[in-house]
Amino acid sequence: MGAMTGVMAIMLFLTVLSAATGLGTAAAARLLDRDLAGRLTVQVVKGDPASRDAAATRITAALRASTDVVAVSTVPRAELARLLRPWLGDDAGDAALPVPALIDIQLRDPGDTAADRVAALVAGAVPDARVDRHQAWMSPVNGAMRTVVLLALGLVLLMAAATAAVVVLAARAGLQFHRATIDVMHMLGATDVQIARLFQRRIALDAAFGGVVGGAAALGVTAALQAQMAALGSELLGSTRLGTGDWVLLALLPLCFVALATFAARLAVLRALGRTL
Amino acid sequence: MASIVQFENVGLRYGTGPETLSDVSFQLGRGSFYFLTGASGAGKTSLLRLLYLAQRPSRGIIRLFGEDTVLLPRTRLPGFRRRIGVVFQDFRLVPHLSTWDNVALPLRVAGVPEEDVEQPVREMLAWVGLTDRANARPATLSGGEQQRVAIARAVIGRPEMLVADEPTGNVDPDMAERLLHLFDSLNKLGTTVVVATHDFQLLNRIPDAQMMRLDKGRLLDPTGALRYPPPRSRP
Ligand SMILES: Nc1ncnc2c1ncn2[C@@H]1O[C@H](COP(=O)(O)OP(=O)(O)OP(=O)(O)O)[C@@H](O)[C@H]1O
Ligand SMILES: [Mg+2]
Repeated sequence: MGAMTGVMAIMLFLTVLSAATGLGTAAAARLLDRDLAGRLTVQVVKGDPASRDAAATRITAALRASTDVVAVSTVPRAELARLLRPWLGDDAGDAALPVPALIDIQLRDPGDTAADRVAALVAGAVPDARVDRHQAWMSPVNGAMRTVVLLALGLVLLMAAATAAVVVLAARAGLQFHRATIDVMHMLGATDVQIARLFQRRIALDAAFGGVVGGAAALGVTAALQAQMAALGSELLGSTRLGTGDWVLLALLPLCFVALATFAARLAVLRALGRTL
Repeated sequence: MASIVQFENVGLRYGTGPETLSDVSFQLGRGSFYFLTGASGAGKTSLLRLLYLAQRPSRGIIRLFGEDTVLLPRTRLPGFRRRIGVVFQDFRLVPHLSTWDNVALPLRVAGVPEEDVEQPVREMLAWVGLTDRANARPATLSGGEQQRVAIARAVIGRPEMLVADEPTGNVDPDMAERLLHLFDSLNKLGTTVVVATHDFQLLNRIPDAQMMRLDKGRLLDPTGALRYPPPRSRP
């Protein structure tokens, strides 16, 4: 067991953690997308509660008739009062307050055209009603999540490149160190592939040991973090929960890296041997 | 007699220095026994290195087993090398392998199944008197013992050609004779043997042997292998 084992362990620890971050963020982004897809909220702001409620009723009726809409629900006043209480205190429940009416809409088809048709419908019923698309509100969050996912993927690729480079260096050092033996093996009629196999096995074993240790440590840390996130009770952090597929992917990463290390070692050795007689 | 090796005007230059070997031309008959002699630095090892394909010549043609080796692609070298047994002047045992594994190496490289490796290795070790050193690493062997391991390794595969560079330099006269007898037996089984040596005592031990002499990189009697003393007129 050489320095190679330690390097591989560190590499895989970092790689698996990066990948876990990426996969968790991707899971959260997917959940967010699914939750927000095709959801609209209509706000009716009017000073007079009676005309506000009348406008809300008109809009609800128009939406119910639309084939684009699956569900329409007016957010109950009590719920609004609860949401506003932190700002308005107990007065939030006062019916006379000019609190907007909110109508949640679930579209059949999350696409833009249906949303535009529904917005036109709402504008036809009540010209000054505001239509908000949840996806649009959350798009900066979603954008940030995608950046994190891309960053994680980039890190994994960089780690792979660094691992390959380390292996190539280790293989070259090994070749240099065992040069006399390799010469003899050649003179005894050993083929390059036979010689490469010796190095490959050595490096694969070292790499595999390091990879398993580093990968297992990272999986443990990931599991602990997941439990911590779930315990926080935050919906956004909780949604980073990894699925079975994600765990399998993380567990496969060390194997992929060991395969990569073996391949890089073989290539480096064969190339170096190709320059000898 | 068919020739197993042909050198035609072979020259060898290391780097940009002067030619170490010049205009070397000779043929080796299949199944014959040759001694190669010459002063230290005359180029014996260099010539043998060309012979066992450790080195390509700077010029000239070398034919081995009927094929031009100068144009031989790298991928075909192992096949040729497996037909040649080599005793290196500096032994070149694999340091992390035991005596047993060093001797077994050519068979394993050639892909001989493990069950067919044991018996020849055991016999070989017995022949060179190293049975009780089978598990020793080269570093713990005496010079003479290392040399015997090197010889066992060179002959175990019953090569078509055996090339030995000063194979008796480190052993006592009795052992030298014993080893030479081993080469002779191998030769009688059909192996072409080339032995580089300073030891003129040895030369007389093999009555049918032919002699090549190198002097400052040139073969004396460039028309072919010198016979010295002539094979039939020996006392
Ligand atoms: N790799 C090399 N690079 C440069 N010069 C070399 C190399 N190998 C040998 N020489 C030179 O070539 C010449 C012949 O060397 P070689 O080893 O063939 O002689 P030799 O006849 O085997 O000598 P000895 O009886 O001492 O073993 C020497 O002058 C030596 O210095
Ligand atoms: Mg020499």
